[in-house]
Amino acid sequence: MNAPLAPVALQAKDFKSDYKPVWCPGCGDYSVLSAITKALAMLGLRRENVALVSGIGCSSRIPAYTTCYGFHGVHGRSLPAATGLKVARPDLTVLVASGDGDGYSIGGNHFLHACRRNVDLTYIVMDNHVYGMTKGQPSPTTEPGWSSKLAPGGTGLREFHPLVIALASGANFIARAFSGDPNGCAALIAEAVRHPGFSFIEILSPCVTFRPEQRGWKDAVHPAPVAFTDDPGRAARRIMTDDGFNIGVLYKGNRPVYAVPASNGGAVEDLETAFQL
Amino acid sequence: MRAKPEPAARYADFMSRAYAMELEATERYAQFAEQLETHNNREVAQLFRKLAEIEKLHAKRILEEMRWPSMPAMAPAYAWEGVEGPETAPFGSLHYLMQPWHALEIALRCEQDAQKYYEGIAASRAPQPVRDAAREMASEEAEHVRLIREWMKKVPQPKAGWDEDPDPPRVG
Repeated sequence: MNAPLAPVALQAKDFKSDYKPVWCPGCGDYSVLSAITKALAMLGLRRENVALVSGIGCSSRIPAYTTCYGFHGVHGRSLPAATGLKVARPDLTVLVASGDGDGYSIGGNHFLHACRRNVDLTYIVMDNHVYGMTKGQPSPTTEPGWSSKLAPGGTGLREFHPLVIALASGANFIARAFSGDPNGCAALIAEAVRHPGFSFIEILSPCVTFRPEQRGWKDAVHPAPVAFTDDPGRAARRIMTDDGFNIGVLYKGNRPVYAVPASNGGAVEDLETAFQL
Repeated sequence: MRAKPEPAARYADFMSRAYAMELEATERYAQFAEQLETHNNREVAQLFRKLAEIEKLHAKRILEEMRWPSMPAMAPAYAWEGVEGPETAPFGSLHYLMQPWHALEIALRCEQDAQKYYEGIAASRAPQPVRDAAREMASEEAEHVRLIREWMKKVPQPKAGWDEDPDPPRVG
């Protein structure tokens, strides 16, 4: 995070736009929106120095609901767009919003390389283990036995493990949060923004329409029993063996952040010259 | 989720918590109203608006009583036992087809939790003025519980299958 701070502290509501979310009532994403705006207020940032980039899906609607700069991009391509933005404008605080379909399936490959590059971004994935916007198809994090009309008997496929993948690929900060705890989410998002490099937060965000049983997550989540580690080996063991409901920061690394090459500091006019006919 | 907070050490800290609790409840009911307005469930949206107004009045009364121009800074001990204030309804409590009775059921649970919260402080080893204020707040919340129960009697109870949608979003 290197954006200038607001001269007068803004409140969470100052980061909310006039557009009313169209998520289903009870959706966890309402809480994540609230947490993001709270985190931005906690960090004392100015609206004009924050950009929220997203892909496609329920969770990716978030940029429109904030007063920051936003880019509602192409399915699965939020990370490349955000990476380009951060490299071109390192002064901005860039947050990326995605879901388990957008981020782990269509955008799965970008996820790996964004972790590897370690550009200073905060990647927030609202994981509800289903494609909600397109009526409930199984996503990469759906349990193999989850049966529905669209996948009778379940997919039988092992679920994707985003936190382990992030760790193995080089993410510099890894946390898991639960949307039912908006204040806890806000604190984790703020911590992720402060941590240099690529920060990844997986937020368990129930889909009450297609996965109503996820209302039960509130009873399953619990604080991570041990403090975070900076040792990737230890973190890998912990993340691989946890029950998927450990909440908190799980890993904080010390990898050097991707440095923007000095030659990228060209003026906009120079770029325009190249496109003149 | 978090460590149990220390009992409010001072009366002002206690009242600032009480104010925060009412404010958080106001905001959440207003958010619920917006969500249901978006989904054209106007009856329940209106009810949540009304509940938000009621909580706002409670918050205003605390400010007036304490002669605070705005919300004071929270004491370091400020925290709830749960993830949010005891009077704040969880985000996940809604359904797009819910009926007024369901909204009142949510409000009833919140008022009961608030009553329990204040009763806990009243029975703690907090300073006497805090315990006295907590006892008073608990009895106010008990009165709200009674009023909501009365309100629920006037509202039709949802029939079985209230959440069945002839044009469901859910195909699974």
